[in-house]
Amino acid sequence: MNATPHLIPQQVIDRFKEKFGNGIRDAKVTERGEGTKKVKAYNIWIRVDRELFRPAIQELIGIRFPHLAVIAGNDLGSEIELLYIFSVFYGQKFGEYMVTIGVRLPKSDLTIPTITDLIPGALFSEREKQEFFGITVIDIPDGRRLFLPEDFPQGVYPWRKDETGVPPEMIKNLWEVDRPSDRPAPPVPEKTPVAEEKKDGGGSQ
Amino acid sequence: MSAEKTKKTVPYTVPIGPVHPALKEPVMFTFGMEGEIVRTVDFAPGQTHRGIEWMGMRRNPVQIVHLTDRVCGICGIVHSISFARAVEQIVGIEVPERADYIRTILHELERIQSHLLWAGVAAHELGFDSLFYLAWRVREESMDLIENLTGNRVNYGIIQVGGVRRDISDEQRPLIEKGLAYYEGLLDQMATLFLEDSTIRMRCRDHGFLSEDDARKLCTVGPSARASGLNMDVRQDYPYCAYGDLDVKAILPPAETGGPRGDVYDRIIVRLLEIGQSVGIIRQCLDAMPAGEILWEPKMAKLLAACKKADGEAIGRVEAPRGECMHYVRMAGKEAPESWKIKASTYSNLMSWIPMLQGEQLADIPIIVASIDPCLSCTDRVTVVRDGKPDILTKEDLTRLSREKTRRLMQ
Repeated sequence: MNATPHLIPQQVIDRFKEKFGNGIRDAKVTERGEGTKKVKAYNIWIRVDRELFRPAIQELIGIRFPHLAVIAGNDLGSEIELLYIFSVFYGQKFGEYMVTIGVRLPKSDLTIPTITDLIPGALFSEREKQEFFGITVIDIPDGRRLFLPEDFPQGVYPWRKDETGVPPEMIKNLWEVDRPSDRPAPPVPEKTPVAEEKKDGGGSQ
Repeated sequence: MSAEKTKKTVPYTVPIGPVHPALKEPVMFTFGMEGEIVRTVDFAPGQTHRGIEWMGMRRNPVQIVHLTDRVCGICGIVHSISFARAVEQIVGIEVPERADYIRTILHELERIQSHLLWAGVAAHELGFDSLFYLAWRVREESMDLIENLTGNRVNYGIIQVGGVRRDISDEQRPLIEKGLAYYEGLLDQMATLFLEDSTIRMRCRDHGFLSEDDARKLCTVGPSARASGLNMDVRQDYPYCAYGDLDVKAILPPAETGGPRGDVYDRIIVRLLEIGQSVGIIRQCLDAMPAGEILWEPKMAKLLAACKKADGEAIGRVEAPRGECMHYVRMAGKEAPESWKIKASTYSNLMSWIPMLQGEQLADIPIIVASIDPCLSCTDRVTVVRDGKPDILTKEDLTRLSREKTRRLMQ
């Protein structure tokens, strides 16, 4: 869409470092090759200061309009880390990189500005993070719940690992549930276990 | 077209869904209608969110691989490959080359069966049931082949962290070859049936339009994005498994069929062409498949011990039949992963429904909803609220409306 030429992964990181300097807390490239030729696929990981979050996304859009795969997250104890996982340079044979922009929010102030004005497709993932991590996305155009049912209790965030996570009394273990007593008996009586002959593994026909 | 002419009518709301709970992603739709025209679209997914990620964060990677088989009933392998690839990168596992090729072959067989399943559903929504039966009959060949190679029609259980659990033997190769020849012989016939049929063209051409710009901004993936002209295909852009060795190009609607227009018809073209592409990829894999091991570590205890020591994060990403499927995994020296996020392809595609459906007619909803190949079949029941009086429409009623429109067009 815009004219920035294709960059190698290190150049992407250099561009971010040049622009934001010490605001980049951590930046690295990981690579992985599979198959016989081991052609490399690259992942770029950039972790930025909280106040640089939106400028960092804008910088990425300036490089090439990215595809937002998803927003992932980690509960790190005193902080929640959000990872905005993008890919850039698609359409170029083996030239696409994943770019993950990470930002940490202290649990005392779990707010993050929306990016739906820049990338409208982010709405889905932002709504999901609100309900699963209990963060607040500022200026989100549609703040309703997405996946959780309406009768799910408020203030319970399934992916949190602290006291706001799913409490033990909400968990139903299948093996603890007995057969319902108000059902008719099964049509076939249950088998008494018989020592069976060892069968051939099967598989090939 | 008649939208401007429509006189002031009482806008009414048409809720559709939630769909059958056995489906993976049932969706509750709410349409704001003005006469027959859809004006606003709203939807609420997650009617049966199973909390698979939550379950995974309490299990070890080998258990999770079998859980990922069950994320979807149709894409039985893409989630397993994505998750296994993420864990392999964290632990530093080198997957044997032969296993990469076997993964690729099954990945493509799955694409063939998934696209044919979709083709059948699309034909059914249009009221072309003989074509629906034909598409599902020919799909059986790939299902049989998958069963022969993995042992199961669904929930294959073939992927393991570090490789695959079953090899492809020399006796199985002629069977695969036979299946490929079968599909090659069918391609022209399928293209004629779907693309030269005037009814399909009338119902699908210029309906469910998604512009290239909207596709980019709404993060659309897979055949739906390619039909709108976005040149994106993980197999082409981002090498994984054996795709780095192969020559794969993203399939866009060819110019001779009118170029990428981003309508339902283009989505049919892309998927039909991809069946042929998959046949070619499997053939390339069979020719180039190296000999050797299929698992990095067959002993489960050793594999789990290695996973338990691992610390780090990674992304596993594949091109599923419906588009990009991605898993983010973070492990921190414990048995279970610290975080796990699944991004299925339909997750990215649902938002494209809104521009596709706006301005279309009620009877076009089934085919447009189906055109992104969502992981939910269609609608279970529909409630139409007119003047405050609810009026229940079943899935059959909605399909009937769609078919009546086909009949009207044919007159």
